[in-house]
Amino acid sequence: MENIVIIGNGIAGVTAARHIRKLSDKRIIIISAETDYFFSRTALMYVYMGHMKFEHIQPYENWFWEKNGIELVRGYVTHVDTPNKQVLVDGSRAFHYHKLIIATGSKPNKFGWPGQDLHGVQGLYSKQDLDLLETNAPNKEACKRAVIVGGGLIGIELAEMLRSRDIPVTFLVRETSFWNGVLPEGESQLINEHIREHHIDLQLATNLVEIIPDENGKVKAVTTDKGDTIACDMVGLTAGVTPNIDFLKASGIEFGRGVKVNRYLETNVADVYAIGDCAEQHEAIGNRRPIEAVWYTGRMMGETVAQTICGNRIEYRPGHWFNSAKFLDIEYQTYGWVFSERGKKEFEQHFHWRDDKENLCVTIAFHKETKQFLGINTFGIRMRHEIFDRWLTQQRDVEYVMEHLADANFDPEFYANYEHKIVSKFNSDFGKSIKSKKKSIKRIFQIS
Amino acid sequence: MSTYDRSMALTGQPPVMLSRNQKIATLVGMFGLAVILLAAFNINFPNKSLWLTISLVSITGGAVWYSWDAYMHKAPGIKNDGVWFKSLSSQGFWGWIAGIALTGFYIVLYFYPEYLGLVAKGDNKGVIGLFDPLSKALSGNPASQWFVYGTLYTVAILAFGIKFLWKYRHNRYERIRTFSVMFFQTAFAFIIPELMARLNGSSLLNGGSLPYYDLKNMWPLNYYNFEGYRIKGFLSSGDIGFAMLIFGIATIFIISPVLTYKFGKRWYCSWVCGCGGLAETAGDPFRHLSDKTVKAWNIERWVIHSVVVFVTLMTTAVIYSYLGNDTSKYWLTKSSFLIGVAVLLTAVFVWVMLFKREQFKKDAIYGAIGYFVIIIALIGFHFYSGDGNVFLFKSGTLRKSYSFLIGSIFSGVIGTGFYPVLGNRVWCRFGCPMAAILGFQQRLFSKFRITTNGGQCISCGNCSTYCEMGIDVRAYAQKGENIVRSSCVGCGICSAVCPRGVLKLENGPLKGRIDSNQVLLGNDVDLMKLVNQK
Repeated sequence: MENIVIIGNGIAGVTAARHIRKLSDKRIIIISAETDYFFSRTALMYVYMGHMKFEHIQPYENWFWEKNGIELVRGYVTHVDTPNKQVLVDGSRAFHYHKLIIATGSKPNKFGWPGQDLHGVQGLYSKQDLDLLETNAPNKEACKRAVIVGGGLIGIELAEMLRSRDIPVTFLVRETSFWNGVLPEGESQLINEHIREHHIDLQLATNLVEIIPDENGKVKAVTTDKGDTIACDMVGLTAGVTPNIDFLKASGIEFGRGVKVNRYLETNVADVYAIGDCAEQHEAIGNRRPIEAVWYTGRMMGETVAQTICGNRIEYRPGHWFNSAKFLDIEYQTYGWVFSERGKKEFEQHFHWRDDKENLCVTIAFHKETKQFLGINTFGIRMRHEIFDRWLTQQRDVEYVMEHLADANFDPEFYANYEHKIVSKFNSDFGKSIKSKKKSIKRIFQIS
Repeated sequence: MSTYDRSMALTGQPPVMLSRNQKIATLVGMFGLAVILLAAFNINFPNKSLWLTISLVSITGGAVWYSWDAYMHKAPGIKNDGVWFKSLSSQGFWGWIAGIALTGFYIVLYFYPEYLGLVAKGDNKGVIGLFDPLSKALSGNPASQWFVYGTLYTVAILAFGIKFLWKYRHNRYERIRTFSVMFFQTAFAFIIPELMARLNGSSLLNGGSLPYYDLKNMWPLNYYNFEGYRIKGFLSSGDIGFAMLIFGIATIFIISPVLTYKFGKRWYCSWVCGCGGLAETAGDPFRHLSDKTVKAWNIERWVIHSVVVFVTLMTTAVIYSYLGNDTSKYWLTKSSFLIGVAVLLTAVFVWVMLFKREQFKKDAIYGAIGYFVIIIALIGFHFYSGDGNVFLFKSGTLRKSYSFLIGSIFSGVIGTGFYPVLGNRVWCRFGCPMAAILGFQQRLFSKFRITTNGGQCISCGNCSTYCEMGIDVRAYAQKGENIVRSSCVGCGICSAVCPRGVLKLENGPLKGRIDSNQVLLGNDVDLMKLVNQK
């Protein structure tokens, strides 16, 4: 019987394990230094906020693993001995593998800021980071102000977390507008305003210069390139993540920023695979980046690699891009590609609508000439994944999308509808006279 | 083991302090309760109407003021911050105190109403005496312990309903649903039956006596609806009474199946029902305490279905007990009734086993067969035994044990008293036979389901945590599978708390509703076909 060793018990590694178990009776060993059991990383914030206890963010009950014959090992992999097909845990225990899957995820970026390793300075990625946050920022008395550096999804989550305990937050964002490397301008604006509505001191176009310690080696203040000194008890470094692969240095496995893999998620060493945040494609797939630190891609790679390992060698072919997030109270979903001003293709045209009262907006990207629908960003309106996936596959044009927008709505019942407003804005922007069609169960569920 | 340890330190905890407004609001509310408590100790208030008004207004006002302060200065949106840090809402000290206090109140209410001041002959004293003026104003009669309970129940639904409306003010589904339960409690459960009682014996009804009837309460929840005294009451009240009897039967066989087919059982459990009404409003702060383990689910399935069987047997026995044997007097005799019941149950059983068998797990099929055999055997027993004993027991014994075990202990003492310990839908989840029957309909032939939005689930677990019925919603969502569960009451909170907008309560086509495609969109379609090959 083959030994499958998986390093990392995140979504990628665990998905791979589950699917291998579905397809075979191979021996499966998951090694993790972080936690005993798989948990949803994206939900860590809710533990600090008191919405859930840590055990609630573990998707499977503890008996699940033994029942499904998945062995869990708690330990840190110090070395991968590829010639002998062994992984060494904590420098002592050796596990032999026939197939090895590296799924070790990421670690927070540090860009060599002075003081970045002081007490009270941390990232937010692992369970350990969460525990550390409980120490660094337990309440507003112990943490009179927190400074967050880096304007991405983790940064705003950290800000929301700290605000849930009434801790004052200063948010330093390098860009001129929040996340505008990814979001088109109107959306980025909406989020800027929303951040400030939550009494978060958002400082745009501001860089961290230095983190200043007190006499105990704990953070006391930060200075910015605007010349400000901000007194604080905690600094959150949330300027993106890097693959967590330092332990592979002497293994002979090729890596760049991440572990280099081909389309079959195979590394340069036979029987070694890499998936999830730590995998780097030799060449990017479509508009995707070579490294995608996203929950959903980790899951998809886990499914794919399980097929390959179980004898059905299969290429990793992610379908249409999608993602989602929540900015404080505003839900965000995206399907297909909508690029920011910076990343916009020359043929890409945007239609933007924002409600004049509620925190709602929609941006639709389409091809200037062919009018083909390319993607949608939606804020505060839920949209149906299946519908956009279908429209993208069918290469519908933007007018079709406008006409049938009601079909794509996924908001709860009785919610106000905005299709008419959206379509009339589209009509006035582009001189069209599209009428929005009523929602049709038949079309949505494809009943003929 | 990774455990989330709770610090015992006095500092180092997230803010759970009350604001000044909340402190004053608590004081106001507690003052209102204190008036009732003083009355319970037989303090005689000089002007009962005035003091009752003061008491109820301060209870309501305190609760409303408190929640106004808790929610109105926050932006609309899901605000469950600190729920697991608060002693009251995380099975902590205050949670247990509240649970014990509520349970104690229920025990006194159900079994020792004399301590509340109920006097069999003569004027009421104590708490019940305090409520006399209101009761007389509504129905013309002095209050009973049930009137006191009904009033407090309605006040709780209204006050905490307002809290719920503010907490979920961004969510129109929740708002409309809450208005609905508030309306049905106040009008149908509280005021209308009292006014109907006032009509008792009037010339309008030809001297008959109309039973106290909460029209939205249907069998088997009102398991007493077909008892002899009620049937007599209905039949002696002329056309109106007869119409009510027909309505009572229609609710079981026509109205509820049709509505459940169209909307799922939520039309009842979280839009109309009083038990659900209390659970959704006063019980909302405890919804996350329900147990989500597979073990709890197994217990739930056996207990709730056993209750259905019990109530069916009991009702059959009760009706049987007052029917005659003489075919010449009336067509419905003991034998024809039992045969009718047997035919109906057999028809349902056969239909399910023939057409819907593949939707059940093995243990459910065994359970169904077992129960069916027992019921039919017991009915058959009638034809071999003499009169008097149906189902080996006297109908009176069955009825008494049902109303004691299920009607009082389960639905009241445990169901509501344990809110702060076991969550707010203990009764609905484990004990309510109505929920089980509607759930059966929902599972088998309703258009209702919770749709999962493609591949967008991040398995965060908010949905499962906040499901008051203990459904592991995430287990389905992360597979991209529609959620069709008989226990789902359609409260919509899973959809509300989902940070990725993955869940939607939906009335869609029946086809492909259960065990749907399980497609996790985003991956290559061919690969997904492979993954789905089991």
